Amino acid sequence: MKRIYLDHNATTPVHPEVADEVCRCLREDFGNAGTLYSYGREAKKLVDDAREMIASVIGAKREEILFTSGGTESDNMAVRGVAYGNINKGRHLITSTIEHHAILETCKALEKEGFEVTYLPVDEYGTIKLDELKNAIRPDTTLITIMHANNETGTIQPVSEIGRIAREKGVAFHTDTVQTYGKLKINVDEMNIDLLSVSAHKLHGPKGVGALYMRKGVRMKPVMFGGHQERKMRPGTHNMPGIAGLGKAAEIASRDMQVEGERLLKLRERLWEGIKANIPHIRLNGHPTERLNNTLNVSFEFVEGESLILSLDDLGICVASGSACTSDSLEPSHVLLAMGCVPEVAHGSLRFSLGRGNTEDEIDLVIQALPKVVERMRSMSPLYREFLKKQGK
Amino acid sequence: MYSEKVMDHFRNPRNMGEMENPDGVGKVGNPVCGDMMELYIKVENDIITDVKFMTFGCGAAIATSSMVTELVKGKTLDEALKISNATVAEALDGLPPVKMHCSVLAEDALKAAMEDYRSKKAQAFKP
Repeated sequence: MKRIYLDHNATTPVHPEVADEVCRCLREDFGNAGTLYSYGREAKKLVDDAREMIASVIGAKREEILFTSGGTESDNMAVRGVAYGNINKGRHLITSTIEHHAILETCKALEKEGFEVTYLPVDEYGTIKLDELKNAIRPDTTLITIMHANNETGTIQPVSEIGRIAREKGVAFHTDTVQTYGKLKINVDEMNIDLLSVSAHKLHGPKGVGALYMRKGVRMKPVMFGGHQERKMRPGTHNMPGIAGLGKAAEIASRDMQVEGERLLKLRERLWEGIKANIPHIRLNGHPTERLNNTLNVSFEFVEGESLILSLDDLGICVASGSACTSDSLEPSHVLLAMGCVPEVAHGSLRFSLGRGNTEDEIDLVIQALPKVVERMRSMSPLYREFLKKQGK
Repeated sequence: MYSEKVMDHFRNPRNMGEMENPDGVGKVGNPVCGDMMELYIKVENDIITDVKFMTFGCGAAIATSSMVTELVKGKTLDEALKISNATVAEALDGLPPVKMHCSVLAEDALKAAMEDYRSKKAQAFKP
């Protein structure tokens, strides 16, 4: 069975050019970048080249990029590092209710350690309100961390405005760009971003590697201790194949950003129009326009997301849901709930996230398959039967 | 993560649908929590002669509903009372720990349907 992969916000297949570079590095560049002889120098050059590439995508300087094990580590490092690095100024942080768990759980841990955190609410589209951000800033606020675009809905935050406010108030600004790096234009100077998290495997790179942009001058404490690597902020021998892969993935993503972005937007709109035309009682979760080109989150009323996922999987179609039943927590998506979505509708959400490999034909197959799947689950649903009875059918 | 049995009952649920004039109805769960089950029974001479279900929920919720209808069909009310959530889960070759509550829901739906039958019957016999 040919499979259709529509869960690129979870992870992406490795680009063939990236895979080649990772394999080449594994075979040829075994050197430790911290050594002086030829193998070490070659390794260091590879790390520096990747660093240069990753920096250039966001208008940063090479030395402001630190390699990490991925988005989660970058987020932990940024939030914890800045929180502890600025204790003499204060112990107050600002974030939003819709952040990734890597941010939210770090904030919760910091609260237990004596920090105070303000969680900004979002509107029905999942966007924070700038007024509320302004009002939340206090003299003892040391960090604002707001994601660039949300992984579940794709809603894009007004990062430039947030950056301007943070800069005016002299507060460090971190943004999780795991879903946007290489997809949206980012310039850390124009947008006043002080710290920024990147993950390789969301942009057709390998898993287990990421980066943290850290503006020169930002006060930060390390969270790990060891060697002198990565300005002593992130010690440990470099993950050479991972770093080489991330560099290659960043190069390809920025090279193709415009064309690929437009292509994905067309596909996403084709999917949405197709779903709207063929399935009643649905709603779009996320901002209608200020949204990632590749992300479509839709709630199908009267049915539950996991059962839709299982049914689609039987047809080779791979998607995600914000339903509680797809997680171990038994809580529906905190993002959809924060947007005011009622739990039963959050349970019935599906997230389609598109990527490089997807074609029009695939989208058309999904549009064909989905109505039958939803109809079958609705035929079992007592909620749908009640609804039809109320309609007098 | 699901056994083949669970997937079989999810793909081909047994006894799914609404029942006309059931003798007992059990409604359990809550859409807010993501699962809701309705079980309908027909009873003749203390034997459950027919049973149907409708469920809003995940794969496990649908499979446990389907399985409990299979287990209970043709059983006496006393026999049906002995069907527990563990019976349902075992009959499905097990459930992931986080989904065990679905089998509890199936047991609850069955008990509620039988209770509904008994109370209706008691009402009917009132002078």
